[in-house]
Amino acid sequence: MLKINNLHASVEDKGILKGINLEVKAGEVHAIMGPNGSGKSTLASVIAGKEDYEVEQGEILLEGENIDELAAEERAHKGIFLSFQYPVEIPGVSVTNFMKTAINETRKAKGLDDMPANEMLKMIRQKSEMLEIDRKFLSRSLNEGFSGGEKKRNEIFQMAMLEPKLAILDETDSGLDIDALRIVANGVNKLKSKDNAVIVITHYQRLLDYIVPDFVHVLHNGRIVKSGTKELAHELEEKGYDWIKEEVGA
Amino acid sequence: MALREPQCPILKKMDLKDKLVSSFMAFENQVDIDTPVHDVRCEAIKTFEEKGFPSKRDEAWKYTSLNSVLKHDYSVFPKTENAIEFRDIKKYFIHDIDSYKIVFIDGKYSSHLSQTTHDGIDVCLMSSALSKPKYQLIIENYFNKAATKDSLSSLNTAFSQEGAYIHIPKNKVVEKPIQVLHFSTGNESALMLQPRNLIVVDENSHVQIIERHQSLTDNPVLTNSVTEIFANKRAIVDYYKIQNDKQSASLIDNTFVKQKRESHASVHTFSFGGKLTRNNLNFYQEGERIDSTLKGVTIIGDKQHVDHNTLVHHIEPNCESHQDYKGIFGDSATGVFNGKVYVNKEAQKTNAFQANNNILLSDKASINTKPQLEIFADDVKCSHGCTIGQLDESAMFYMRSRGIPEKEARALLMFAFSNNVLDSVKIPEIKQRITKIIANKLGVNLGFDL
Repeated sequence: MLKINNLHASVEDKGILKGINLEVKAGEVHAIMGPNGSGKSTLASVIAGKEDYEVEQGEILLEGENIDELAAEERAHKGIFLSFQYPVEIPGVSVTNFMKTAINETRKAKGLDDMPANEMLKMIRQKSEMLEIDRKFLSRSLNEGFSGGEKKRNEIFQMAMLEPKLAILDETDSGLDIDALRIVANGVNKLKSKDNAVIVITHYQRLLDYIVPDFVHVLHNGRIVKSGTKELAHELEEKGYDWIKEEVGA
Repeated sequence: MALREPQCPILKKMDLKDKLVSSFMAFENQVDIDTPVHDVRCEAIKTFEEKGFPSKRDEAWKYTSLNSVLKHDYSVFPKTENAIEFRDIKKYFIHDIDSYKIVFIDGKYSSHLSQTTHDGIDVCLMSSALSKPKYQLIIENYFNKAATKDSLSSLNTAFSQEGAYIHIPKNKVVEKPIQVLHFSTGNESALMLQPRNLIVVDENSHVQIIERHQSLTDNPVLTNSVTEIFANKRAIVDYYKIQNDKQSASLIDNTFVKQKRESHASVHTFSFGGKLTRNNLNFYQEGERIDSTLKGVTIIGDKQHVDHNTLVHHIEPNCESHQDYKGIFGDSATGVFNGKVYVNKEAQKTNAFQANNNILLSDKASINTKPQLEIFADDVKCSHGCTIGQLDESAMFYMRSRGIPEKEARALLMFAFSNNVLDSVKIPEIKQRITKIIANKLGVNLGFDL
């Protein structure tokens, strides 16, 4: 599904990713953990195509195709989805209209006609029920005045609507209380299949109790310094990140 | 009979001011001089002759120069009647609702495109109102009673003859909106138009008016329009202005709104282009518990220029005013917002709000924005705020990461930015139409109505 080879990326001439190698196969859940400033969010943004970052070396392949030159929207059309750590507030655009536009633009890119209105409504109803989202919420301006939990739930709602091949969840657990965390995690688990893949970026192990990863990677100073299975996450939770820093530094 | 314009044998081109002043005699010979309006016109041409066109030396015109607009050799009287087929201009009408229509083509009334009425209300022509005795009382009481004596309004007053005349007697809710449309066809190599509108809405009555200026030609057109609106006790007047989108057309709109107690008046101005657009919008609150709303959306590019010059004069206590202007400027477009709020000493408990928010899409675009509050009462709530910024890049990435292409994402953000102005448009068909005009302008099809 996703293959990243020797990826170096910088922002304003400051190197942040310094040789990332990662392979994610269909049906897998990968967790990327690491201390603050290790490059986790940068990796997510670079995969999603944020233009502020300069890819200096290496390549990102999605189903064998190099996506380096693709714009963010083209990557989205190919099935990449990024759940934002800080979803952006867009006053004046309702959640429903935003989703309609996103879905129909994606369909347009694939040469399909707009989704019929009744089908769209049905889908919106289904997916919002799954995430226990109040219908009134859908006519509100996107993310404007939403609580932290509402914002994250709305991200997963968008994921459910867009049905991506590769979903990257960037710190989706931050700002969530335990109930919201459970709802969000259940949503993600329901969307998981053998044909798609999920990358969970998180600082803490907590979310991984609900979304159980097949692999855990530790990012430090722009590189993946350790990979393992879900037990690695527990170890990190117990011991913190210092031992890894020492191990790498040695 | 067509009016002859003065010829100057020595100079090839006369200065526009001189041309207008010397045209006045010819104009007066044509119209009925045996009316009180005659004196008003004579007075007005004198004022214009003394003051001349405003220049950048005038504080109120510091950022808007008329020079490039005044240099053309305009025909100042419409010569011939021009026939246009409805199907060719249908798109400029709000045609999906039943409405009254007053249509002018190159300044001449077009009866076959219009639908006027005298059934309980008067929706007709200024020229008839000025000449027929049955309108004399209204003309005497209201004509030129709101317009100021500035040079451009005076110029219009001097040549006031044609335009819309709307009188709604008391206790009438006019169900159908009234559309007033001004087309220019390019029949003249350069044309100056001076429409004069009078709108009198009596006690408890309600009317909705849509005014549109549309040039159909690349020939230069300069419109210097004056509209006087009187909202009497508890009247509700909603006025929508849709302004030119032709690069060759310029518009100076002088609108004066006088409100009596408990009346509500709103003016929404949608400016989507034109070489130069200047909106002089003045509200006078002459009673208590009055509500005034002034809103506008400006979306321009190229070298277009839109200037909003507003005034709200709070004279009596317990009144409100709401101003909200949004501007989006691309290419080398320039904008001006100058919003004055005067609060008299007597006007206690005034609530006056003013906001002017702008987005600059290019380094060459610019906006000069200046709130001007003069408050002499001590128990008031007045606020103002202006912002100038770019489109939010993080919002752009967010939308694009959901599969919305750059152009559509930009458009959606611009819609969102103008949304609270569009939101207060009460006629859904107008809102839809304006949404469509904006979408066309941005080159997108969003596939939904906001």
